[in-house]
Amino acid sequence: MGIESSLGDGYFTTKVDALTNWARSNAAWPMPMGLACCAIEMMAFAGPKYDAARFGSEVMRFSPRQSDVMIVAGWVNYKMAHAIRRIWDQMPDPKWCIAMGACASTGGMHRCYGVVQGCDNFLPVDAYVSGCPPRPDALLHALMKIQDKIRTEHSVMLDT
Amino acid sequence: MDLELSDTLKNVVDGLSDQFSDSFIEVYQSTGDTFIRVEADAVVDICRYLKSTHHFIYLTDLFGTDRFTSEERFEVVYHLISLRDRERFFLKVLLPEEDPQLESVSDIWKSASWMEREVYDMFGVHFNNHPDFRRIFMPEDYDYHPMRKEFPLLGIPGSIELPSTTPDTE
Amino acid sequence: MKTKNISDQVDPKFFKEHQRKLYQSLEDKHTTIEMQDDDPLNTEMVLNMGPQHPATHGVLRLILQLNGELIQKAKVDIGYLHRGVEKIAENKTYQEFMPYTDRMDYLSPYSNNVALCTAVEKIADVEVPERAHYIRMIGCELARISSHLLWLGTMVMDAGAVSFFIWTFREREKLYDIFDHIGGHRFTISHARIGGVANDLTDDAMSLIKEFVNDFPQELEDFHNLLDRNRIFFDRNREVGVLTPERALEIGATGPTLRASGYAYDIRDFAPYARYDDVDFEIPTRMEGDNLARYYVRMEEMQQSIRIIQQCLDKLPKGPVRTDNAKQAYPSKDEVYYSMEGMIHDFMMTDIGICPPEGAESYHAVEGPKGELGYFIQSDGTGHPWRLKINSPSFKNLQALEDMLDGEMVADTVVIIGGVDPVMGEADK
Repeated sequence: MGIESSLGDGYFTTKVDALTNWARSNAAWPMPMGLACCAIEMMAFAGPKYDAARFGSEVMRFSPRQSDVMIVAGWVNYKMAHAIRRIWDQMPDPKWCIAMGACASTGGMHRCYGVVQGCDNFLPVDAYVSGCPPRPDALLHALMKIQDKIRTEHSVMLDT
Repeated sequence: MDLELSDTLKNVVDGLSDQFSDSFIEVYQSTGDTFIRVEADAVVDICRYLKSTHHFIYLTDLFGTDRFTSEERFEVVYHLISLRDRERFFLKVLLPEEDPQLESVSDIWKSASWMEREVYDMFGVHFNNHPDFRRIFMPEDYDYHPMRKEFPLLGIPGSIELPSTTPDTE
Repeated sequence: MKTKNISDQVDPKFFKEHQRKLYQSLEDKHTTIEMQDDDPLNTEMVLNMGPQHPATHGVLRLILQLNGELIQKAKVDIGYLHRGVEKIAENKTYQEFMPYTDRMDYLSPYSNNVALCTAVEKIADVEVPERAHYIRMIGCELARISSHLLWLGTMVMDAGAVSFFIWTFREREKLYDIFDHIGGHRFTISHARIGGVANDLTDDAMSLIKEFVNDFPQELEDFHNLLDRNRIFFDRNREVGVLTPERALEIGATGPTLRASGYAYDIRDFAPYARYDDVDFEIPTRMEGDNLARYYVRMEEMQQSIRIIQQCLDKLPKGPVRTDNAKQAYPSKDEVYYSMEGMIHDFMMTDIGICPPEGAESYHAVEGPKGELGYFIQSDGTGHPWRLKINSPSFKNLQALEDMLDGEMVADTVVIIGGVDPVMGEADK
């Protein structure tokens, strides 16, 4: 059928988009913006029991230049917000952002003068995770949602 | 109210009322803790005396309180511990609302340095002769002292900047 | 490279005044790099580390003034996690504020819950049933082990052994399971209540605790075997970050940092709370004051914690877990759902809360894993504290860190931070 039958065994055809998205989605390296309690659950997410390596995301890169997904874990202070934004700006495109926990998503229980009420005030957030702190399973779910999102994107067409 | 002072604290109270009779104001107890109030201008001498004579060598905490009264509005509390006598008490001074100032005790206990900065940051009490006097939690550009009672819990809108959402040009 | 003004070198992008003052506090070192007599080893440099750095355990920022590889002077800039919990406390009832204490020292939430509850119980004169005391002690010691395990994993990871982190996390997962069965959440469990604890230990939790207490000494032994004769670990930690006894007390260090410098200052012994005077335990101390001493102190503390838990399990009395006085504590859920009075009491507790006498002041401290964790409460007679001051151990230990770093090598910085084990959520309040 089609081009594949004329090429013979050992070949298959796909779209460049699909191949790129498949590769990207299974190697989404997180940038762990570990701020507060959620950072401990983020460690558990990478740790032995929950094992983010199953999704190709065990490689925590503390350098923004090498990472794809920023996980904002914890409440965001005004003083820290500037540092987070600078790190976000340094990450290469394409990039995604997970707001982990109630504090990062909306300010959560910390409704007070020091905390930015949700990191979407200065970051484009792709996935919000509820919970205070969320269980590692919930973070894995958010990661899978990000993977779904990557798989449905037009990656090559947009890049050119 | 009757006081139930241990021997160590009795010595401290006797010593203070003897040596610093002008500055010693009162001693009282509340739920088992002892508080000694002294005049603000003698606090450095009193602290030095307590450290050298009564062996209160460990300053574990120093904090401010906003009483929100018209006079003597701010309160600074020194929390002292004597490891030798296994005793703790609180030394208090009261400060006026207008331009609250106090001498720093950071050359007596080095640990006072950050705690005094915290009191300044939260209440705006100035400490003179402090080696490194800056805000500690809030950025230096911030104009308010958040722990004062008139400051709203949610802060003052627009008083502190959010990062710009357009990427840097560099 | 010749001397240049710092504003050319590091143009601050945000909070300009803050950055300027911070660099100025390093005694007007106006350059970031300054070569002297063309010898690279004599280069003077101001190095900014953090707030986002894998080894600073959160959002600690250090400004180091270096001469070659030696740190001449270090400045610690904190406040990157400040949210004002003391301000929040003034706007909440005592029981409402309790979940916030979980998020202070998030490595050992249970100790924080107990610290607040004991402080409120002291100022409002609330009786706590015997069984609740023992459950609290078990929770506190489990929290201490969990906190020290995270310290062990990350500190050894900072010293170069990455796989260690995975082994300590395997043990932490067991503790998470226990807390899950005790209070329904993995670590921020908010289990203590004013006047007792939320619920009794379930049979599942009991058997898990017993299993953990039986197995953990063997794991601890394995950790010792891996590290005690490890040359790399020793060389990186011995005589690094030395804090002499006099300096430790002067700078206000607390907890294991102070005990590794020779002072056996432990609140469990200094002013016993709960039922710590009924159990036997030792306070491990060392005289050296270096990072290795801190390692030994914490390892021995974990052993002592296991000892305390064993004794608590043996002594655990039968009885209620919360005081029955409806003016002082929440009624049990059975009462709330099936009786009118219970419903009203529950509503009153939520709405007004417990009211200590007007003008009362009190301080109560517990020994958290990081050190003396105290709550000072001033009451104005309502259900909200007039002033609540948290005496947080990490804040004081970080101040000691500033002192400790002077004169060390820059490569040792991460190990020293690991050894001090600060939690920024607590230090920044």
